[in-house]
Amino acid sequence: MLAFLFKRIALLAFTMLAVSLLVFLAFEFTPGQVARKVLGPFATQDQVDRLTEELGLNRPVIERYFDWLTNTLQGDLGFSTLYKQPVNDIIWDRLGNTLLLAGVAFAVIVPLSIILGIAAGMKEGSILDRSISVSSIVTTSVPEFASGVFLATIFVIWLGILPGTAPLDAGAGWPIWQQLILPVMVMVLYDLGYVVRMVRASMVEVMTRPYIRTAILKGLSFRDVILKHALRNAMIAPFTVILLQINYLITGVVVVEAVFAYPGFGRMLLEAALSQDVATVEAAALFAVFVSVSTQIAGDLGYMMLNPRIRFS
Amino acid sequence: MSNDGVIALAWNRIRLLKESPVGMVGAFLVLFWIFVAIFAPLIAPYDPNANNMDALIDPTPSAVNWLGADNSGRDILSRIIWGSRTVLIVAPIAVICAYIIGCLLGLMAGYYRGWVDQVINRIADILLSFPAIVLYIIVIMKLGPSAINVIMAVIFVATPQITRIVRGMTLELRERDYVAAAKMRGETALYIMLVEILPNARGPLIVDACLRLGYTTIAIGVLGFLGLGLPPPDPDWGGMVKETYAMMTIYPHMSLFPAAAITSLVVGFSLLADGMREISLRD
Amino acid sequence: MSTNAATLDRPSDQAPGARKPILELRNVSISYFVRAGELKVVPDISLTLYEGEALGLVGESGCGKSTVAFAIMKYLGGAGRLTGGQILFEGRDMTKMSDEELRKIRGGRMAMVYQDPMSSLNPVIPIGKQLMEVPIIHSGVGTAEAEKRAVQMLREVNLPDPESMMTRYPHQLSGGQQQRVVIAMALMAEPSLLVMDEPTTGLDVTVEAAVLDLVAQLRKKHNSAIVFISHNLGTVVRICDRIGVMYAGELVEEGPIGEVFRDPRHPYTRGLLNCIPTLNADKRSRPLSAIPGQVPPILNRPKGCIFAPRCPDAAGERCTAAAIPTTIYGESGHHRVKCVRVRELAKHARPETGVVADGEAAVTHEDLLTLVGLKKTYRQSIGMFGGEGYDVHAVDDIDLAARQSETLAIVGESGCGKSTLAKVLTGIELATGGQVLLAGKEIGRTAIENRDSATKRAVQMVFQNPDSTLNPSHSVGYVMERALAKLTGVGGRKAKDAVLNLLKTVNLPLEFANRMPRQLSGGQKQRVAIARALAGEPDLILADEPVSALDVSVQAAIINLLVDIQKKRGSTLLFISHDLSVVRYLADHVAVMYLGQVMEFGNVTDVFAPPYHPYTEALMSAVPIADPDVKQRRIILEGNIPSPQNRPAGCPFATRCPRKVGAICDDTPPPVQISDAGHRIACHIPIAELATATQVVF
Repeated sequence: MLAFLFKRIALLAFTMLAVSLLVFLAFEFTPGQVARKVLGPFATQDQVDRLTEELGLNRPVIERYFDWLTNTLQGDLGFSTLYKQPVNDIIWDRLGNTLLLAGVAFAVIVPLSIILGIAAGMKEGSILDRSISVSSIVTTSVPEFASGVFLATIFVIWLGILPGTAPLDAGAGWPIWQQLILPVMVMVLYDLGYVVRMVRASMVEVMTRPYIRTAILKGLSFRDVILKHALRNAMIAPFTVILLQINYLITGVVVVEAVFAYPGFGRMLLEAALSQDVATVEAAALFAVFVSVSTQIAGDLGYMMLNPRIRFS
Repeated sequence: MSNDGVIALAWNRIRLLKESPVGMVGAFLVLFWIFVAIFAPLIAPYDPNANNMDALIDPTPSAVNWLGADNSGRDILSRIIWGSRTVLIVAPIAVICAYIIGCLLGLMAGYYRGWVDQVINRIADILLSFPAIVLYIIVIMKLGPSAINVIMAVIFVATPQITRIVRGMTLELRERDYVAAAKMRGETALYIMLVEILPNARGPLIVDACLRLGYTTIAIGVLGFLGLGLPPPDPDWGGMVKETYAMMTIYPHMSLFPAAAITSLVVGFSLLADGMREISLRD
Repeated sequence: MSTNAATLDRPSDQAPGARKPILELRNVSISYFVRAGELKVVPDISLTLYEGEALGLVGESGCGKSTVAFAIMKYLGGAGRLTGGQILFEGRDMTKMSDEELRKIRGGRMAMVYQDPMSSLNPVIPIGKQLMEVPIIHSGVGTAEAEKRAVQMLREVNLPDPESMMTRYPHQLSGGQQQRVVIAMALMAEPSLLVMDEPTTGLDVTVEAAVLDLVAQLRKKHNSAIVFISHNLGTVVRICDRIGVMYAGELVEEGPIGEVFRDPRHPYTRGLLNCIPTLNADKRSRPLSAIPGQVPPILNRPKGCIFAPRCPDAAGERCTAAAIPTTIYGESGHHRVKCVRVRELAKHARPETGVVADGEAAVTHEDLLTLVGLKKTYRQSIGMFGGEGYDVHAVDDIDLAARQSETLAIVGESGCGKSTLAKVLTGIELATGGQVLLAGKEIGRTAIENRDSATKRAVQMVFQNPDSTLNPSHSVGYVMERALAKLTGVGGRKAKDAVLNLLKTVNLPLEFANRMPRQLSGGQKQRVAIARALAGEPDLILADEPVSALDVSVQAAIINLLVDIQKKRGSTLLFISHDLSVVRYLADHVAVMYLGQVMEFGNVTDVFAPPYHPYTEALMSAVPIADPDVKQRRIILEGNIPSPQNRPAGCPFATRCPRKVGAICDDTPPPVQISDAGHRIACHIPIAELATATQVVF
């Protein structure tokens, strides 16, 4: 178990290293471009060359990569050309806001998807199953920006009970919690269906297993069969999927934050990308990958804890 | 070759689809949009990029502009019709390319195992550790927004996933006795991968391809919406929402119709995939 | 060591009428409702089971025996339904019971033991907890009391260290132990009826014998009535008082074991008995007689007698005109037969047992295949970087030879290395030591991809699993054309003709060339696989359990086909099997393997007679024999086959050997003793002493 954890962490380090190299190479391989990006299109070639020299950008790529890596590891994430301040000064607030949004969404998605998935999967082909399955297929098929449009039409324009933007600014006339409702709803709608289907598929599979038959023919009530015998087995496979949703949430966050003008990490990444703010994009990309890889490890660990076959071998 | 068998099976699948109402709805939606895309020049009432200044006075739906006009006075219906072409050309090309690469890499990783598997798996791991959007952003930021680059971005995101799926199935299928029998009569590795293994993985792959077309449609829409898709003025559904979203509270129809268009196509792909999955469980 | 199972007291050989019926099926019909419509799996079945009595239900796959078992539990899954009749359990009609009432009976008054114990136990709940559920629900006792009962029950089913067993998970137990747990669970509430559905299928033969023994013993103690479902008539003989033979959903013959086996009246029962190879007959003494044809599909069953199309004794109109009534036959009044000719047929002539003495062919052939000190060791890595680990000696220092045109059988239980051996011979795995000589040429270190075309042609294989042997995407004709093209270079028109020839050789209709594998039955698939292997006229055919997945009637036909082909073509057959009866029938020479080593090797008559290696002796005594009059010495092996990584340093069989001499067996590898006739036994006991053993089967 400990050896496994160690191995996974070593793998995490390796992946992060490879990712950082990839990201670095993608943006900074050609030195002239960096200076050009910083100075903008109207600078003279002479100015570009001088800045290139000044920033040490004409040194070998590997050398520059290690400098950059060392700086990053020491917490120096570079200077944002878009926000005109160190990346460090903006990224943490943005992350905090996003954590709030994603956290609330996740807290809604997990219990809801488990309940719906189990309810659908316990009797395959029943009316309950068919309706839950088809609705989850439909909700996962609506792109976030489209559901944003639909929900805004209903709740903002038609009913007028929710704000159409979420700048997290109480001065805008809406309390923060009401501003959060629509963004969270959009994320839940898109993501919920997917997890529900995973849980359902796993539950359906478990219900066909001979040990469920054993439990029924032992004289257990249907409730006990589900709660004591099916549930834990049915949660093993979707566990990793649920944690992988954090990965999808990062993607969702970018779109949702763009839709609702939410001052989060995702919008920062997008704005930086649109204005070629390399340092910010690099930092954000590394951060996103770090979150996604760590959740994978957590998923693997949880899978081991849930599954005695792996735990005791 | 066993092509006859494959064609017969594909036909059989289509015939069987009749028995899945959900699948039929999906097939209808997808076929509807394919029809629209093919006959766009005939159906679209106006040039999608033509600005009608009169329409700017009152862009809401009318007898002239059935679905209204957008903030530049362009006919929304025509733009939606032409926009279906963008999606239905870009998405299939991207998915097919990703499939060709993903199948080859997955087959090699699963069949040869050992270091080939290690290398392919590591690369896939690294690409998979990027949240999709981050990869999209990096690729587009680096290469610039264009149809080709959107295809590239989708290939980057989808290929490692397909590789994983194919690899998993290959690992299982390579242990079948008929693979051993093929080796014993001296078949080459390429023959075994393409003729003995791949055809037997087709069931799940067809379903996955169908789902993936849906997700790719979403991705194209999202990229358009974020301003990372096709450069204007050519119509693309995500871009249409982006351009008009600011006027949402005054003219919601400008965003609603393209949003509904993309939703109906993706729902079509998803339901079709579900129908396929359902019937594939039967045989 | 008790002798002879067959003469155990069989209480119901006397009058069952005096006792109380526990279970009565009255004209029960069961259907499955699928998209194609209603499948009448069991159209009409009636039977009665008395207190403490054991009834065996036998039949080939798809005959509806398991459906009956689950119908008795009133559990038919989503698609199945009871469409008529009554099931009386302890006098009450189960078809009218509410779910609540059923729940009280299931697991309490009536319990079930399943095929495949591993998947019948919940993988994430410790065994103790799963057992304790039963008394908690049915006797309303508290946890402490339930735990006490569970430990007690585990002890009763002879599981070692019951207390620690309670906290273990199913995957930590061997297959035999898992089945003991399932049996313990079934007996927890002292049920009056026990339904056992193929409880020993999939277990190794020595483990099976021990489980059957346990069931026989517990049966006496708990006095539960038993419905015992099996495809193996031998296991039924060991456990049951009465036997019911099912065919295509109908109970065609039913009665006391002795009566049915000594005087079977239904042609199907007779056919079944004729196609089972027994431990005391070989290919020279009699051919196995397969039942021609196939079981009719459920949607297209013949009117009248369902067996008529395949029946050698069918009498035209009489058999096909109308439904056949069940007739009571014989003095006991309990032998029921569903055949119109029940009183006309001559007494069944049971197949000759005994061995033809001059069986040995006059010509002594050259060795075609020689294995010299062959080893295959796998490295099992543990830990994170694969640095540490241990070696698994799957095949360990084997010397064997197979002669031209003869059959060498390799027999042993799972994990003995017989399949690994086959893989090394095919070149799919490489030897890690020693030599494989094919006609003098070393091939053990050449991977299949690197073998020259002559070697590829010379060595071909028939695989075990009919469902994975043919590529589902390729037609039968394509597979064979491809094999011909690659192995003989024949193509085009000629190849088409050659395919038809091959089909003829394996007795398949010519139009099968256009069929896809999913349109074929298991036996037909195996025939195609044999034809494919024959395409290049191989010198050596490896057959890895080619019949173990098939029903006995089909199995007989495939065995006959193999014997026939070998006779005509003079190829050498290396036949790998766990089934001693089949090996006895088919082989010229036999090697008995245990944990990667050859314990005994010799010609077939020598191996099946004293002197025996103690392991061979135990194996033979464990084989269930479908004949209540054959006597068999009973040797029950304790414990499990050790896992290959902690194999004993001395004799691999030392941990379970009933004849263990002493410490020498644990520490020193046994010497190989060779008789003049070339009969080899690896054992510390002198061969002369081993020769004093009596026949196991007599």
